[in-house]
Amino acid sequence: MASLWEYANPLKFMRTTDWLLPVVAVAAVVVTTIGLVWGFFFTPDDFRQGATVKIVFIHVPAAMMAINAWVMMLVASLVWLIRRHHVSALAAKAAAPIGLVMTLIGLITGAVWGQPMWGTWWAWDPRLTSFLILFLFYLGYIALWSAIDDPDTGADLTAVLCLVGSVFAVLSRYAALFWNQGLHQGASLSVAPGTRMDWAYKAPLYICMVGFGLIFVTLVLAGTRTEIRARRMKALVARERMA
Amino acid sequence: MGLTVTNLACARGGFPLLERVSFSLNAGQALVLRGPNGCGKTTLLRTVAGLQPALAGQVDCPPDSIAYAAHADGLKTTLSVAENLSFWAAVYGTQGIDAALEQMNLRALAPRAAQNLSAGQKRRLGLARLMVTGRPIWVLDEPTVSLDTASVALFGEVVRAHLSGGGMALMATHIDLGLPEAGILDLTTFRAVLPPPGSGHFDEAFL
Amino acid sequence: MIALLVRDLRLAFRAGGGFGLGLAFFLIIAVLVPLGVGPEPEILARIAPGILWVGALLACLLSLDRIFALDYEDGSLDLLATAPVPMEGVVSVKALAHWLTTGLPLVLISPVLGLLLYLPPQAYGWLVLSLALGTPALSVIGTFGAALTVGLKRGGLLLSLLVLPLYIPTLVFGAEVVARGAQGLDVATPLALLAGITAGAVALLPFASALVIRINLR
Repeated sequence: MASLWEYANPLKFMRTTDWLLPVVAVAAVVVTTIGLVWGFFFTPDDFRQGATVKIVFIHVPAAMMAINAWVMMLVASLVWLIRRHHVSALAAKAAAPIGLVMTLIGLITGAVWGQPMWGTWWAWDPRLTSFLILFLFYLGYIALWSAIDDPDTGADLTAVLCLVGSVFAVLSRYAALFWNQGLHQGASLSVAPGTRMDWAYKAPLYICMVGFGLIFVTLVLAGTRTEIRARRMKALVARERMA
Repeated sequence: MGLTVTNLACARGGFPLLERVSFSLNAGQALVLRGPNGCGKTTLLRTVAGLQPALAGQVDCPPDSIAYAAHADGLKTTLSVAENLSFWAAVYGTQGIDAALEQMNLRALAPRAAQNLSAGQKRRLGLARLMVTGRPIWVLDEPTVSLDTASVALFGEVVRAHLSGGGMALMATHIDLGLPEAGILDLTTFRAVLPPPGSGHFDEAFL
Repeated sequence: MIALLVRDLRLAFRAGGGFGLGLAFFLIIAVLVPLGVGPEPEILARIAPGILWVGALLACLLSLDRIFALDYEDGSLDLLATAPVPMEGVVSVKALAHWLTTGLPLVLISPVLGLLLYLPPQAYGWLVLSLALGTPALSVIGTFGAALTVGLKRGGLLLSLLVLPLYIPTLVFGAEVVARGAQGLDVATPLALLAGITAGAVALLPFASALVIRINLR
């Protein structure tokens, strides 16, 4: 019976990604290049922010993927806890470092952008604070994975941590909002009336977002393949020992 | 009333270790598990005790009938012998620790803190814990470790008394307890056979 | 259950139980901060709510790894898992014992430390109330972290890394209650949110902790 769950079979997953991974990788490179080149060289300077505004083409997609990566880990963790598919747990494991780096990119580009705009590298603004907290959650998740030897136990424990962490991450987000109403602008792509962003920026930004999404998928697929192989290797060594 | 294990398969660290283990124990019977180190005695006992899930098969016994004793005795060193025992009696909702103290020859040690006991005395206290649980099925992992000959004999007596009272015992041990009536199960015959590589088993990549 | 609580409390009070360490740590923080920041009353009064809350949080953290580690090492946790008590109950009792030996003393001693830090008089009630409402959440969340790391060698540092981010909402709302109380502002909103987090954590987290303990014992 053909169903989505078939791809949870490690062998089937490896066979599918054998051809899927290069396709996604090429698409990611092409789309991101188009988006960034368009964004950097073919958009007008902002009348107030000048050329600095163009960092938005990295900042916003990275920040978006930082959150999406966590959501993906949450879903993968749930799939592991409920259906016990190893590939799902390994995909969550592979996504964590990528999410961590995306968070870091978001924070660093934000600092670089904030310096000329707000005159400071860092502000304890709710949005910035939330991202810093998200960064800590990623660190904890990755540290827990690396501390546990048994792969299934590690998968179980990190999955539970991911679930509980998600709840507390959302709580922290609201706590940060409550704690300090900040100077960060609202979501850049809000559909509220009086949207500040022009289509001249929006079009390349959307392309960059798709590009970053594809980069994320590429890296997660590659990472999951590595994890599957590592797991397989461990299994073969153990088999050898038992024989 | 009894313990029935059917086609049980269990794993350690994600690898199948034992499969198709079947046996049954009725009131008054004892079974000794034998096999070389690492063959899965502890894993099987932990699976029967419900500490880890079985890969396949079933463990059938009346609810709340198993008392488990592991390698470690679970003693609190700063509590006295009597306090340690009373705690477990309270957890299992049973009355009185006197019989257990008497039978395991711990009466004189009752007020002493557990940290001042010798290894063998601690072991005796760990086994006395079984008696206060009031459970019919004892699942014992190497119960005679660090016991001297006299204490082994004492323990053999206690197990026999437990069996004659309608109890059951499942043990992993290398030492002859002086229980000729106990059955013996050699675990080497139940060693799990992994599916050969390339058989298309669902999670084969990980086995 | 009650037997378990009595045993844990008895162990905490006996020699080597570590009772009072958290309290001493809390006191040291309240002494070190003025030494580092300077003795100006205005500055100390301004940061007192935050210092007291961060201090309480760290003092709580100090004793977390003892919650399960000792029971795991001597095998009691295996035996408790096979005993006729639900694991959810065991972790709840463990959290309660931790709160009684760590959180409650912190709540009681906090006004004295507030005095050291020139906390404004109108804030004392709110300080005690917010700690009384918030420290149970710290114990319950910490129990979850301790359950996650119970099987690990040198899990202590990892435990802090896992637990501290989870403490953020409690810290924010707890300190906010005291800060607003000190300024004579309305504290109803942060107080309600603090109580909500504690209630939610106490009600739900024991299930996660019990699940995690069972996984770790496998």
